[in-house]
Amino acid sequence: MSVTEMFSFIQGFLSADQDIREDIRKVVQVLEQTAREILTVLQSVHQPCGFKDIPSKCLKARELFCTVRNHTGELKTKFPVEQYYRYHEHWRFVLQRLVFLAAFVVYLESESLVTREEVAKILGIEVDREKGFHLDVEDYLAGVLILASELSRLAVNSVTAGDYGRPLRISNFINELDSGFRLLNLKNDPLRKRYDGLKYDLKKIEEVVYDLSIRGLTKEQEAGGDK
Amino acid sequence: MSNRADEGCARKRKTEADRKSEDCARPDSPVIAAFRVFQRELDTKHDKHERLVKISRDITIESKRTIFLLHRVTSVPDVEEILNEADVKLDGVRQKIGQIAEELKGEDLHQFHRAFTPGIQEYVEAVSFHHFIRHRTLISLEEVNARLVFIRENKGEGEVTWAGPSVLTFQITPIDYLLGVADLTGELMRMCISSVGNGDIDTPFQLSGFLRQIHDGFSYIGNTGPYEVSKKLHTLRQSLGKVEDACYTLCVRGSEIPKHMLADVFTSRAATHLDPDEPMV
Repeated sequence: MSVTEMFSFIQGFLSADQDIREDIRKVVQVLEQTAREILTVLQSVHQPCGFKDIPSKCLKARELFCTVRNHTGELKTKFPVEQYYRYHEHWRFVLQRLVFLAAFVVYLESESLVTREEVAKILGIEVDREKGFHLDVEDYLAGVLILASELSRLAVNSVTAGDYGRPLRISNFINELDSGFRLLNLKNDPLRKRYDGLKYDLKKIEEVVYDLSIRGLTKEQEAGGDK
Repeated sequence: MSNRADEGCARKRKTEADRKSEDCARPDSPVIAAFRVFQRELDTKHDKHERLVKISRDITIESKRTIFLLHRVTSVPDVEEILNEADVKLDGVRQKIGQIAEELKGEDLHQFHRAFTPGIQEYVEAVSFHHFIRHRTLISLEEVNARLVFIRENKGEGEVTWAGPSVLTFQITPIDYLLGVADLTGELMRMCISSVGNGDIDTPFQLSGFLRQIHDGFSYIGNTGPYEVSKKLHTLRQSLGKVEDACYTLCVRGSEIPKHMLADVFTSRAATHLDPDEPMV
């Protein structure tokens, strides 16, 4: 094979690769759009009036997750499934956001941590690599860490909205998460960097709980915890 | 001392566990159980990654040694002997690549690609250099991959109770191949310079033709390739410049200077060829 032939073969490979990436990028863009819509729906729980109709917001978000399932189904068809990690970078970010959103919905509904299987089901993907387009464990964990910082914010806002029980429950939840993450031996990677932020969320919630408890929890306090 | 530290650590962990059990009242909650699973999964992955990095480093070292060995062909009479010796070395490298293939059995090649790509590129460089010296052509990707088929006897190894040998293959990605070939050009440039030093007049011209072909190939790919390719293209241009310059010197001065002095003239020129003020011609 001559040099020229060799290079035109590689050129062909590269442009095919680029076409696949282009296709993936298009689907991911739509996914990102949907993820933003879900976030907007869920963000309203931070509003004082939003606390009352959490269930209806979760329902709405769940409806939007149907669209997400359609898109992930489409994404699966864009590349050979055994080359998942070759194009992983393209959807890594949006997948982490979606894990967070799914975890947030599940938390608001049942105040428990979503399992990896559950997330995969909500997003319409698999858990095991062998079965097809799957949810990487690191992406799942990254999404859970985003949830932690969102919940620390929710704790503050729930006090402002007059819900004094919630911060305590959130505090328990995040503590449990923290002890879970302590079990992991993280390398010096993006996940580790994100995990390092967990302690600040923890601290913030502890402050809120402290503020509430020294004031006797149930008493009306307009300044409670908003620091 | 270390005992003490261990104790302290254990105590700390215990209080932590106490606190946790106070907080959530169930120390072996589903969350913790789930994280135990993640811990195992991540550890397995990291261990595999580390093993691959180690193999890759060994491959890099051995391939570099092979390249050094191959550079000696310009100064010894028996080229074939060196090529055979290099072949033996490359076989050793291939065995190591077989280990990578074994690690990657049932895994996604791209998941761990970053761990072994430097070694693979170095291997491509070595094997293509070897091929060039023997055949004066560019080894193709299929030829490289064809030699990376490993047959493993699975009997008595314990874990897998398969009958008969299994075939393992390792596929070098076109991008690794491309980057390896880009590195090859640097070696060719060195070979060109040293062959002139030994009074070999033909090799530089062959090399400059070959390098030009490769350069044209890379220009054809241009920036459609990954980012590293365009970075290497710059170095490739410099190498090509040096080789073309060498051929130029040989042409211009070759007829006027006695053969035995040519080497001196050439080396002084090669050292300063980037200097624009040089009063040559």
